[in-house]
Amino acid sequence: MIDLLQLAASEAKAPVIDYRELSPLLALAGGSVVVLMVGLLRSAFARRVLVPALSALTLLVAIGLTIWIWESGDREPIIEGALAVDALSLGVSMLIYVAGLVTIVLSLRALAPEVAGHGEYHSLLLGSILGMVVLAMAENLITLFIGLELLSIPLYVLCATELHRRTSLEAGLKYLVIGSVGSATLLYGLAMVYGAAGSMQFGEIGAALGGGGLSATDPLLLTGIALSATGLAFKSSVAPFHQWTPDVYEGAPTPITTFMAVATKAAAFAVFLRLFDQAFGLAQLEWGPALAVLATLTIVIGNVGAIAQRSLKRMLAWSSVAQAGYLLAGVVVGSELGVRATAFYLAVYLLMNVAAFAVVVARERVSERGDDLAAFEDLGTAQPWLAWPMTIAMLSLAGFPATAGFIGKFYLIDASVEGAYTWLGIAIVVGSVVSLVYYLRVVAVMWMGRYEIEMPGPPRRIVRRVAGTSPEADARAQPEVAAIAILFAAATIVFGIWPDPLFEAARDVGSALPNLR
Amino acid sequence: MTVHLSIVLFAPLATGLLGAVLPRGWARWSVLAGTLVVLGYAMVMLADFESGAGGLQYATDDEWIGELGIRYQLGVDGLNLFMVVLTALAWVPCTLWAAIREHDRAKLYFFNLALGETAVLGAFMAQDLALFIVFFDLMLVPFYFLIGGWGTGDRVRATTKFVIYTLSGSLLMLAAAIALGVLSVPDGGELSFSLAELERRSIPEGSQHWIVLLFALAFFVKAPLFPLHGWVPETYRSTPIPVLALLSAVLSKVGVYGFLRIVLPVMPEGSQHWQELFIVIAVFSILYGSIVAFSQDNIRLVIAYSSIAQLGFIVLGIFALDDKGAQGAVFQMLNHGLVVVPLFLIVGVVALRSGGSESLRELGGMAVRAPVLAALFLITSFATLAMPGSPNFVGELLVLFGAFEDKLVYGLVASAGVVLAAVYMIRLFQGVMHNRLGPRAESSDLGGLELAAVAPLVAVVVALGIYPQFVVERSERATLEQIAAAKQHAESRSGPELSVSK
Repeated sequence: MIDLLQLAASEAKAPVIDYRELSPLLALAGGSVVVLMVGLLRSAFARRVLVPALSALTLLVAIGLTIWIWESGDREPIIEGALAVDALSLGVSMLIYVAGLVTIVLSLRALAPEVAGHGEYHSLLLGSILGMVVLAMAENLITLFIGLELLSIPLYVLCATELHRRTSLEAGLKYLVIGSVGSATLLYGLAMVYGAAGSMQFGEIGAALGGGGLSATDPLLLTGIALSATGLAFKSSVAPFHQWTPDVYEGAPTPITTFMAVATKAAAFAVFLRLFDQAFGLAQLEWGPALAVLATLTIVIGNVGAIAQRSLKRMLAWSSVAQAGYLLAGVVVGSELGVRATAFYLAVYLLMNVAAFAVVVARERVSERGDDLAAFEDLGTAQPWLAWPMTIAMLSLAGFPATAGFIGKFYLIDASVEGAYTWLGIAIVVGSVVSLVYYLRVVAVMWMGRYEIEMPGPPRRIVRRVAGTSPEADARAQPEVAAIAILFAAATIVFGIWPDPLFEAARDVGSALPNLR
Repeated sequence: MTVHLSIVLFAPLATGLLGAVLPRGWARWSVLAGTLVVLGYAMVMLADFESGAGGLQYATDDEWIGELGIRYQLGVDGLNLFMVVLTALAWVPCTLWAAIREHDRAKLYFFNLALGETAVLGAFMAQDLALFIVFFDLMLVPFYFLIGGWGTGDRVRATTKFVIYTLSGSLLMLAAAIALGVLSVPDGGELSFSLAELERRSIPEGSQHWIVLLFALAFFVKAPLFPLHGWVPETYRSTPIPVLALLSAVLSKVGVYGFLRIVLPVMPEGSQHWQELFIVIAVFSILYGSIVAFSQDNIRLVIAYSSIAQLGFIVLGIFALDDKGAQGAVFQMLNHGLVVVPLFLIVGVVALRSGGSESLRELGGMAVRAPVLAALFLITSFATLAMPGSPNFVGELLVLFGAFEDKLVYGLVASAGVVLAAVYMIRLFQGVMHNRLGPRAESSDLGGLELAAVAPLVAVVVALGIYPQFVVERSERATLEQIAAAKQHAESRSGPELSVSK
């Protein structure tokens, strides 16, 4: 093996590999393999305790390494321009690691790892995280595609890990089929971009547009941009390519839904920012209006779709579609402020969605009504420690002040207005008004007693008791889920009142992309 | 003497949080103590206030969110001094009213009351546009919970409607405010939402037009004015009495206050552009509110629609863009608040004596064995209909003088509202207190604590009727400063036309 490498090195110029900057990726890849191996051990302790612990350790190591190599400003990409290890990719990968840690904790008592095998489940999770980080770091078209596939394929499997539930299998299959269509579209688009620009490198594509002989109205390039936007829109559930989202979010095991909702979105928007604002930045006048229309459409469709949902997972899925629309506004303007606002909102989005999903996980396990709204009736009296985080998450998603969601929206509207897209700012606002209908419904169900909803509910189902004795015992038997919910809800409030740390990180992220307005 | 506005601002919230950790049953007294602290501070401010001095007093100015140019900037001048006093005066009796009754989840109830006071005080004292919006929207949260959690009837529907109506206005205002901040940044300048800074900067007149319109939308919904009052009937029917008193007395003032604090001084051209439209809306509200109030059977709704008319008067006074009109509007903002709180508390007393009925058809004859109740009700009713000798008389008179000055026709139409007010208020008073004893009514006088909640405010109303100068003197200078730019603009517009007609 070593001989072969030497042989290769002697004939071709081998790329210089910066192991320091590559270290988080190496940690993830190594961790994924180790976890898979440990999962093969026969001892229940190894499978149930050691595997999650090692997975969490891997992510903690990756977080540590990321902090170690963190630097702001425009950085030279590593490995012959394949990966950009800058504040944008590192910042987004931090979000992904946190989402991964949350998923591991939420999966501790979940059915899916039991059924699918702890080693496999966690190894796939780490593999998917690796793919997301590669995607966020992608600096050329090839690594972009590799990252996207590496994140998607484990997710297809993870969606289907509750093997005995038909909806889980359906979710996996649906995600596989639609995700593949998206990947194919993206690949096609990337090929066209390469054909037009004659380079795989984002930097060189940008240079070609900036006086390198490539016109911003080149039909091949524009078709390529349109197709790659479509491909990425599939991944980040931007309308009209969002139809898979509610079904897949509902069918997948809830910890995986949480992971998909926050981590996939973060990775997809990182590459959206890098590809569009950096490589295609000078063609912003061409794609900007088109993406702005998509963003508006997404905001409208997501918010209207969420109104008719009783299932909390479906509701949060539609809400995530709407939030993708808000996030897209930050991409559209193509300015440094837009990049910062998008990054800021991604972090806020993580906080409030994790809080909400953790409560859904907690209720779904013990309630006969699953994730239906009825399962949340009178939660304010019965389990205030779950009702408060959910309330804060809903108010933050709706954009009430004193929550991070308000400041996130403020920032996005600011970026829209500054980028001469005032009407997009108004679209965000109008979307938020519509969203009140369904966010406040959840709050009302929890605090304001029995609340009749004019929609047919699901049949009661038999639940496997977590603690095995009574609903009260069940409620106390999963403290880690409540802890996650409380922690992230508290962070939502703290960053709503004192957002400076997030702003500083966002500033670093914004400085990673050069030559922005 | 220095008054730290941050202490005033956060005292209620702090006592609300304290109440949440204290043993059950203590929350009410903790929050009541908080409202008393605010009242004490407000009285100190009132005594200490230098009416001759211009500008802000007790100002606080710190950076809050540097990235977005948002400052934590508080200050009091003659314009908002009496709004702070009104808030302090209104919250004490309403909290007392709530404290002498039992509630489910009392800790949460009183926490929400306390949070509400902090948010309202914040909106009144904020000198930064973004900070104002933060508190303006934050107000909704406690009121959403109070109405939805402790209301009556179809309360969830009512509270959802209330929040969606109000927030659709105020979120559009948020977008408009951000646009205002961004568009006014001079070359090389920093984004700022400080009101003083925004006044110095100039915004293109074309942008002012739509920005003013979005602000007005938010404020008209909050006030509420015709035709944006769709949330009123359901919300007023479902809201618990002390909360309703606060909603009607204080929250409605935040919107109209916003015109004087933000819209007129920052965007004088835009305000002048829509002057005619806003006056028409105000006059329509006066007529519509008065006429509908007359046809209501539910006593809450009589007062609700009468409030729409009263708020119409206030907006008329503001947009007359005249010194007297604006002064009248500011005075009337205080008067309406001071009168409505006892009025709604009396409605609560009446409902308690009638088995929960608030229908005029089922009430009547309550004055027989309740002379004190009847007297207090009579005084507040007379004040509402602007009987000479009441402060409302002075306020409405000033407003009408202001309107006659330049907008004579509108002033004449609005005067009809004064007459109509007499009709519906006397009908209300007679229907409840006189006539034959209603089928469900029971006549018994106010209890000690009920009296303690209602009587002091009535005394303040009487005192202001005797000595209105107390308010007008202190608020004069600040009020005139706020409308000066818009007034000047209006005069420069109408100047050439006048010379032609001469």
